[in-house]
Amino acid sequence: MGQKLLMKGNEVIAEAAIRAGCRHYFGYPITPQTEIMHYMAKRMPAVGGVFLQAESEVAAINMVYGAASTGHRVMTSSSSPGISLKQEGISYIAGAQLPAVIVNIMRGGPGLGGIQPSQSDYFQATKGGGHGDYHMVVLAPASVQELYELTVEAFNIADRYRIMTMILGDGVLGQMMEVVNFRDEEKIETFDKSWAANGHDNKREHNMITSIHLDPAVLEQWNIGLQNKYKLISQNEQRYELYNCDDAEIILVAYGSVARICKGVIREAAEQGIKLGLLRPITLFPFPTDAFDKVLDIPKAFLTVEMSSGQMVEDVRLTIEGRKPVYFVGRMGGMIPTVKDIMSKVKEIKEKHD
Amino acid sequence: MAVVFKAPHALVDVPMHYCPGCTHGIAHRLIAEAIDELDIEGKTIGVSPVGCAYNNYLYFNCDMVQAAHGRAPAVATGIKRCLPENVVFTYQGDGDLAAIGTSEIVHAATRGENITVIFINNTIYGMTSGQMAPTTLLGQMTTTTPFGRDPKVNGFPIRVSEMLATLEGPAYIERVSLHDVRHIKKAKEAVKKAFRVQLAGKGFSLVEVLSTCPTNWGLSPVEAMKRVEREMIPHYPLGVFVGANLEV
Amino acid sequence: MFLHEIIIAGFGGQGILSAGRLLAYAGMLEERQVSFLPSYGPEMRGGTANCMVVISEEAIASPVLNSCSALIVMNNPSLEKFESWLKPGGVLIADSSMVHKKPERKDINLFEIPATELASEMGNKTYSNIYLLGKLIKVTGCVTPENFEKALYGILSKSKHQMIPEEMEVLRAGMDY
Repeated sequence: MGQKLLMKGNEVIAEAAIRAGCRHYFGYPITPQTEIMHYMAKRMPAVGGVFLQAESEVAAINMVYGAASTGHRVMTSSSSPGISLKQEGISYIAGAQLPAVIVNIMRGGPGLGGIQPSQSDYFQATKGGGHGDYHMVVLAPASVQELYELTVEAFNIADRYRIMTMILGDGVLGQMMEVVNFRDEEKIETFDKSWAANGHDNKREHNMITSIHLDPAVLEQWNIGLQNKYKLISQNEQRYELYNCDDAEIILVAYGSVARICKGVIREAAEQGIKLGLLRPITLFPFPTDAFDKVLDIPKAFLTVEMSSGQMVEDVRLTIEGRKPVYFVGRMGGMIPTVKDIMSKVKEIKEKHD
Repeated sequence: MAVVFKAPHALVDVPMHYCPGCTHGIAHRLIAEAIDELDIEGKTIGVSPVGCAYNNYLYFNCDMVQAAHGRAPAVATGIKRCLPENVVFTYQGDGDLAAIGTSEIVHAATRGENITVIFINNTIYGMTSGQMAPTTLLGQMTTTTPFGRDPKVNGFPIRVSEMLATLEGPAYIERVSLHDVRHIKKAKEAVKKAFRVQLAGKGFSLVEVLSTCPTNWGLSPVEAMKRVEREMIPHYPLGVFVGANLEV
Repeated sequence: MFLHEIIIAGFGGQGILSAGRLLAYAGMLEERQVSFLPSYGPEMRGGTANCMVVISEEAIASPVLNSCSALIVMNNPSLEKFESWLKPGGVLIADSSMVHKKPERKDINLFEIPATELASEMGNKTYSNIYLLGKLIKVTGCVTPENFEKALYGILSKSKHQMIPEEMEVLRAGMDY
């Protein structure tokens, strides 16, 4: 059963959010994610929801902060330069422990950069991005079907931990069309929202949503609470895919659309008698350290492939802690690594370790 | 014995942290009285600013959300769009609303967002210790205009109410003052009307409240009140700028 | 293994992206795995446009192609850019009304159709892409004409359904050209 449709990645994100019970979307146009807005503008009124085009990215994220304060499911989306603008609000949302979902369909930077796909916001997404000791949960889909599944999941994770969850995609994922299988009905979990500022109706004490604690002892305790939450998330929510790893000579590490390219590389390498595997992080925060524990002994080396100068590779090295060699190959600025780029690096590594 | 005067229920019974002679306390009380008299505490959500009133979420008995500097109108928009039947107000100073938050206030106003904004104009940044605000008068000395505000360097003070009144979105905009009892009573009526405008679904309402900052002005509380009357009102005339004939 | 990796390229406005979408949609109707990746950005506004379509019986590794088994080109720059991407033995279909250069490759199968002229003669220039798709479908068998027709019904808005019989005629003309 279900509904099988050929849809664009960006539109699937929007549809998935609506299916997950999100009825409030605030955003600002930027390529290559604007179809999310277009879809929301059309669909939200039909489902009794709210679509609002904000005057700026800053306003949009603060509208999200306000809506999240009421306990409603809410989302915003943007692309790299717009996400930079939203960092203020993201930090406040982290500080106030509000659940919300944000989408970053990455493009090349820094600055205005370009509009072609990139993964150069990995640091920003996984290490905080704004000021303060905080994290978002960062999900990295690699197909249109996964954009659907993980967008729904993003709302559940956000509510479960009172945290901002980011869908981190790139221009390829946002723009491409694939077949998506929608379930007939979403299982929408319900969560305790007794903390929400939605009017006490003279039935309880007043609720206060805030991120300010001027007493450093209090703020430290608040931070310890946040860190404990991140530890819990790290225990519970690591997601990854291991593909072809069982007897791999080299394990490629890649996420999102680059992981798809790596699967192509694995096929081509197999034809040449080279055994490659793929470790694909699906959660970038929490970083799937469990996956590395599982396959650490198998390959001679790991090769991280990214559309960046090498950002995730730092987490790969931190996880492997020198126990295996870690290499990197990547492209920047909106250039996509080719099968050839990756294969020549594979051969270079093989020569070194054979 | 008959009770002739008591604290409003919408105010939490705790000491406020404001300086002697500061009119934030009066403004808070007026808002709380209006909430009580309209019986809307249970359905009101207030948005606290950045500035001296950053923690007034501790003082209001309704649900409260603390916002980033200047973003209160955007935060209030998010709340109101989720809870259109509730009452949402922001409480913002002149640095918050008229400098860093100019974009948010203009667009909330032009959308006719059905929220109420209480705008405290005391011509100075209080919390960060007396810097020039967008509303600082020409010649006024602050820690960042130690020789007085010079229009050649710092430009001119913004009249927020007049500026927003040029938009089609707002339903009600009035400037009031807290420098004496007569004006405080008028201010109370304005605050109450602003809430009624929202309750009637008429759209954006804003009350600009001329206020004091004796500490950073370097004046005694009494002299500060006099300054409001003598220096501020001539530049910031009192009155209704939008919605004078609006019956709610 | 049933695997078609197709690139369609030309100017914006030549129906490049809709041609790709139609193929992907038809492929879906045949229970194949499909992906469609359009170029995007300012180049859509009158500049060059291209899209990558994969139709496969197995899960698609990457929607981003570095080579292709079939290539449709509708202008000279597209031929220059993508000729080298074709795998040996691959299919190159050129709109010879627009592509005046000859490919240099000898290890490919070339089909030339004056699609834009044929479409103009038909009285509807927007059909040029359909002629070329007809030839692609005939030569590669990537989708069936029946499912292509269903894809037209699935993708086009209702107001354009009346044009579909004519488009199918064009498709068959392209197949037989």
